[in-house]
Parts: sequence; C-alpha cells; structure tokens
Amino acid sequence: MAYYNKLIETASKSDMFLIQSLNLSRTVRRVYENVPMYRQRMIDAGLTPDDIKTVDDLHKLPFTCKKDLRDNYPYGLFAVPREQLVRIHASSGTTGKQTVVGYTKNDIEMWSECVARALTAAGAEKNDFVHVSYGYGLFTGGLGLHYGAEKIGAAVIPASSGNTARQIQILQDFKSSILCCTPSYALYIADTIKANNIDKESLSLKAGLFGAEPWSEEMRREIEARLGIKAYDIYGLSEIAGPGVAFDCECQCGMHVNEDNFIIEIIDPETGEVLPDGVQGEVVFTCITKEALPLIRYRTYDISSITHEKCECGRTLVRMQKPCGRSDDMLIIRGVNVFPSQIESVLLSMGSVDPHYMIYVDRVNNLDVMEIQVEMSEEMLSDKVRSIEEFGNQLKAKMESTLGISGKITFVEPMTIPRSEGKAKRVVDRRNIK
Amino acid sequence: MITKQISIFIENRKGRLSEVIQTITSQNINIKAISIADTTNFGILRIIVDDPEAVAVQLKTINLAASLTSVLSVSIKNKPGAVGEVLKILADNNISVEYMYSSLAYSGDMGNIIVCVDKEAEGEALLKTAGYSD
Repeated sequence: MAYYNKLIETASKSDMFLIQSLNLSRTVRRVYENVPMYRQRMIDAGLTPDDIKTVDDLHKLPFTCKKDLRDNYPYGLFAVPREQLVRIHASSGTTGKQTVVGYTKNDIEMWSECVARALTAAGAEKNDFVHVSYGYGLFTGGLGLHYGAEKIGAAVIPASSGNTARQIQILQDFKSSILCCTPSYALYIADTIKANNIDKESLSLKAGLFGAEPWSEEMRREIEARLGIKAYDIYGLSEIAGPGVAFDCECQCGMHVNEDNFIIEIIDPETGEVLPDGVQGEVVFTCITKEALPLIRYRTYDISSITHEKCECGRTLVRMQKPCGRSDDMLIIRGVNVFPSQIESVLLSMGSVDPHYMIYVDRVNNLDVMEIQVEMSEEMLSDKVRSIEEFGNQLKAKMESTLGISGKITFVEPMTIPRSEGKAKRVVDRRNIK
Repeated sequence: MITKQISIFIENRKGRLSEVIQTITSQNINIKAISIADTTNFGILRIIVDDPEAVAVQLKTINLAASLTSVLSVSIKNKPGAVGEVLKILADNNISVEYMYSSLAYSGDMGNIIVCVDKEAEGEALLKTAGYSD
C-alpha cells in the first residue's frame, strides 16, 4: 500500500480535527484581516476571528458563492499582496466573466502534493511516464497534473489536449504508463485505437487519472476494459485549487478528500443546514491552508454525499461520492463549464437575435457535442443565404470565444422553441451520464 | 419594375416546404413567382405576390419569419437570347446580379423574370431606357 504522505493520509480522527482546527482558525483570522468582503460579512454576522476556534465553529461562518468571485473580479478576494502571487488560473464564469484564481509558491506546493497523493494512490511512482492530455493553460487540469507528477519524481509527458493520432503515437512510442485526461477523451482514445486496429497491448498504460467532468461507474468499467488499465477518478475545481481536491484509491469506493487542506461539508442547498454522513446534498469546501485565495465555505453546486468510515486502503481521509448532479444549471461539456446564461448574453450581444434558444448536449463517439438552436428573427433574416451563413459564423465564433468550446449553431423557425411561463427549460442533455 | 419580394425562412426537414406553401395559399395568397435557395440546415423561400407588405405582415401572424427585399421584375419575349439581353445590359453597366429566377406567369408570347441586383434603382432606369417594362 503506497501513500505519498502516510502521516496525514492515515491520521487519526482526533489528529485530523486538531490539524483542521488550527489551520481553520489561522485562515479565518487571515481573511478577516486581509479580505474586505470576509471582514464585512463576519462583522455583519456578529463574528470575530476569536469565535472560530475549531472545526465545530465552521458552521457559524457565512457561505461564499461564485457570484462573490464575480463581484470581486479579478483579484478582490485575494488575501496576499501581489508580489507573493506566482500563478493565475481561470475558469469560465456565469456571465462571460472568468472566475480568476491565484496561487502563492506555498499554494502550488500544497496543490502539487494533493495531486501527488492522487497519483500515488493510483500506483504511480518515479519510474512512470505520466502522459498529461489535459489542456495546458488557464485551465487547471494540465499544469495541476504536471506539477503533481513532477512532485513524485515521475517523467511528465506534457502532451496537452487534441490531435488524437499524435497522442496515440506518443502513448506507443514514449511508453506512457499513466494517462491523465477527461474520461470522455480516454474513451475517445480507446475508440481511435480500435478504429485503427491498434492492439492495446502495444501500449504501456497501467492506470489513468480521469476527471474534470462527471462520469459514471459504467464508463469507468468501459475505460478499464478497453484500455486494459485501472481508471481512477480525480476531483477538483479551480476555486478550491484544481484537480486533486479529492481522489480515488485502489478500492474505488468514494474519493478521499485532502481534508488537511480542504474541509468538506454537505449542506441542504435550500436551507444551508449541514447534513450528516450518507445524506446527499451540495458540496461545500473551506480552504484552510491556501494563502492567495482561501475561500470560506465555498458552494460548489455539486451534489454528493460523504462518509467518515475508514477505507480498506488504510486512508482515514473522509470520502465523497462521485458528484451525481448540480444544484445550479451549469453544464460540463468536454471538461469546460458552460452556463446557459453565457449563451444568452452572447445572443443578446448580437443585437438582432431574440433570446429564444435551446441547448442540446449529446455524446457522439464518446465526445461531447453541443448544438445551440436559435430562432430565426425578422431582423436576422435575409433573402441571401450567404448573409445568414455569415451571421451564423459570427455567432459561432463569438460563442466559441466566450464559452471556450465550439458548438453547432442551427437556426430554427420562429415560435418553435417552447415558451414557458416559469423557469425556461434551456437545456436538453442527452448524455445520460448518471 | 422594382417590386418587393418576400423571403421566408424554412427549416430543412421533410415536408416543411409543402406545409409552408399550403399555409400561404390557404390565406388566399396567389404566388406569382417562386424560388428556393437551400443549404444543409435551412432554405430561403422567395416569392412574388400582390400587395407584398400586407402579405408579409399576414405571414408573421402565422409565425413565419418573413422579410422584404427590392428586386426587378422584367417582362421579356419568349425567344432565344431574351434573358441574355437583359443580363448584358446590367453587366455592361457594372451592375451585379445576386440571383434570379423566372415567374410562373406567362401572357401571350411574353414571360417574366425576377432579378435581384446590387443597385436596383440604377438597373430599373437602364432597363426602362432600353424599352423593358414589368
């Protein structure tokens, strides 16, 4: 049984309580002193840092949500002076504005260790070639896995995303032994290998760490069978750190949360009440070791449940189930967060478009595809096909630059998209992930 | 000579063109000329009718996306070279044709073509000078 940090990963409950309480009280004091929003919220709630001494006091603190990041865009919630920042990442936000996150040198160290623990739990060690097919860039996937793999002393192959034929060539020739990408891309690689009559035995893969989008147990079995590997889930979100917030061990019975850094709570999304083990609700994280952006009780909108039972792998770290849905309307398409409101704002920015639209998401050959149906309006209509097609291309380009992924634009006749009096149904997700 | 054409957006699916034509004719609208431009996903149905402004409003009430465009309606003799003569006059005067189609109506030995050009007022003046009418 290999652990990256055995002391922490197998710590007793009482030790973990002490570690968390110490880090929590320090962090709360730091945000109170350095982040105006948190200071004001604590004052409004009648709290001072002295009121937060242990994990048992956590529930007194108000929640943080995505809107707070947007309202304080880009750096308003950062708790350190600029010279201490060493990295910025970002993910798509609800209204086109990105959610910006920052890291100090210590934050990168901490995050890298979280990923290193995940890689170690998946059987990776310093003799491995870790093939990272997550995108490199503002997205946390690529660099997150990269730093974690370096931390364990493995050789990183920073393949980044795209060009599947080249990816397979690298997998074969460079003898990649650990694959890191989205689960749907892993299946796409498996499809391409099969389509090109490549024997999976010609690959040296033994395991994969897959995340950044929801996937089912069935999909796990399929990836395992088709690539001849063991498939491990890795969970994270940029607001908290990135991939590695929680990870699968070889028992694959829930992801261990790196709770010495991130305290997890499950709440009732309506009332905010903290729910006990085994009960499904919204996942909330508090960063207790982050320096640059220590979010307090951050609502993820992911739906899951937790258990504190000891795992057969020997780890005592609390386990969370694979998220089984969202309590908001966010879609995860090819690992990219997409909000219907972003699509709406692009349509409205085009001037002549009525915001009557429908988003269809499908999984074709294991890749997510998005189609946006837009009602043709009198203003958009021209007698010339060319003009309509040009308009369609402009809309597609703007959609792509705003959302970060491409989608097909289809024009439909007026009044064919159902109108609703209450909350409009804007999304038809046919991927059937659950 | 200058007349208003109605363009109607139609989704490219089986039977939709027929449905739209039925809907239009059931409103007692007589289609005098018709053409369709098609793409993979949609088509643009272009029609010439009497009183196009009123018809366009009528079409909107039955949820069809319709817009008006100025085009030239030109009577030509039913003989070889007649279309070519009209096009030559336009081309010689640096007027571009976007698209054209022929009308469904014939009277005697005369036919009728619908031409969409980039400069319709100029085109109309030139063709009138050359003796054409609608």
